[in-house]
Amino acid sequence: MSAPDIIDAQATARPTSPPERNRVFVAPTLSGNHMAILGSLAFGVVFLLAWQFLPPALGVPPYIIPTVTDLVTEFGRMAERERLIFHTSSTFFIGTIGFIIGSLLGAAIGYALGMSTLLEKVLSPYLLGLQIAPKVAFAPLFIMWFGYNAWPKLVVTILVVFFPILVNVLQSMKTVDRDMINLARAYSMSRWQIFWKIEVPASMPALLAGLRIGATLAVIGVTVGELVGGNTGLGYLITFGEGQANTAMVFNAIILLTLVGIILYAAVAALEARVLHYIPRAQR
Amino acid sequence: MQNTASVLDLVEVTRRFRAPNGAGELTAIEQVSLSVRPGEFVAVVGPSGCGKSTILNLVSGLDRPSEGGIVLNGQPVEGPNPSVGFMLQKDLLLPWRSIVHNVEFGLEARGLSRGERRERALRELKRCRLEDFAASYPYQLSGGMRQRAALARTLAIEPAIVLLDEPFSALDAQTKLILQRSFANTIATSGITTLLITHDLLEAVTMSDRILVMSERPGRIIDEIVVDLPERDNPMHRMGSPKTKQYVDHLMATLHLEEKAA
Repeated sequence: MSAPDIIDAQATARPTSPPERNRVFVAPTLSGNHMAILGSLAFGVVFLLAWQFLPPALGVPPYIIPTVTDLVTEFGRMAERERLIFHTSSTFFIGTIGFIIGSLLGAAIGYALGMSTLLEKVLSPYLLGLQIAPKVAFAPLFIMWFGYNAWPKLVVTILVVFFPILVNVLQSMKTVDRDMINLARAYSMSRWQIFWKIEVPASMPALLAGLRIGATLAVIGVTVGELVGGNTGLGYLITFGEGQANTAMVFNAIILLTLVGIILYAAVAALEARVLHYIPRAQR
Repeated sequence: MQNTASVLDLVEVTRRFRAPNGAGELTAIEQVSLSVRPGEFVAVVGPSGCGKSTILNLVSGLDRPSEGGIVLNGQPVEGPNPSVGFMLQKDLLLPWRSIVHNVEFGLEARGLSRGERRERALRELKRCRLEDFAASYPYQLSGGMRQRAALARTLAIEPAIVLLDEPFSALDAQTKLILQRSFANTIATSGITTLLITHDLLEAVTMSDRILVMSERPGRIIDEIVVDLPERDNPMHRMGSPKTKQYVDHLMATLHLEEKAA
């Protein structure tokens, strides 16, 4: 190796096995992370304690704010009497299936519009209009069309998930580096090769950002569908609990809906970590 | 300049563009003729906006001339062409591919087996002294190493000519010197024909066999200088030569740089 090569090689640290002296610098940030985790846990404990003892102390009745122990007791009763697992899994499955179908449709149409400038120009005013329309407001309409079954919930979920993913994919297709496409053209690549080798991978960060948004919206979609009609799902348990003035039941259903959302979101985050492994963590 | 054995010939090439406001036309380059012999390293210098990059787009087949013709290896250029390799200021490495997989990119539109592609890619990485980084991803490499990987990708397609469009201008001064040396060495040992487009006069003198000077828009070739210096494979050594300074001075005078600065 000549001298210039050595300088150039040193300019970049290899990603493998950092030298020992680096660990000294890493150590303080690690303990900083530990502090943050401990802090989060402490905050959670304080919050739960406040929830348990503050409302009774201030004379707030349990039908307004039930205590944490009330929720736990009600949870046990719901599991025993209200087919809680059945309702939770119904919400989870319809949310997940709607999320997957909505994502696939949104991505497919986003890529199709990205490939065809004319189609995009023709359809974009309508897409913009539909994107602004509050999709959950369609739920009663779907019940009139499909009846009191799983379809309205599924269709609302698909509809709310569809747009952010379509818009993200389309935007990323329009902003692919022209020089990269020219490079592929100079290498005599076909339109399809350019699509699969450049445009699709280049759109992955935007697609995954869309999926993150879609994962949270899917839970909103399925919940609205269940609130508006039918006798299944956590959304139904909310209206049922409301009818009985069972505040603890409503709280529990909301907590479980949040958990369903967290599972979907975590699945997308795991997928993102796999797919976008080539982007340094700090920039993601 | 008439040489039947040249790799690349531009014959009275003119390229006009429609003006951005829609009225009239802009002439980017006018009546440009040049030829590059096998193994030759030709630099094109000129003020910004003189149509240097237009030449690159025309030779690579991404753009067509309004008048005149381009002949590469005896064949007229009528579209993207597998015998042209080009490199820009941006390395254009695909961030989602490992380095070796990036080098294979240019070979994927050809009927090569996976094994052949990998073999060629590794050979070029070795030539650019990046074999240890084959499995790394672009973000793990420095700017200079990324440009070397881009050169490896360009050489992997075994082009008849390599077009370099200011490949060093985005780098810091020291990396630039190191990379010029590295490129000069790789190009000299592989004997590949090269057309370098640059605004850096010193770079043109230290790296090339011959310099073509272009005028402001519409770009025409106004001067041709044969660089009579040894060691084309080592720009750092050439830099120290007093003759280098004379060439640069001559280029500055041709481009009227001092008058413009005054």
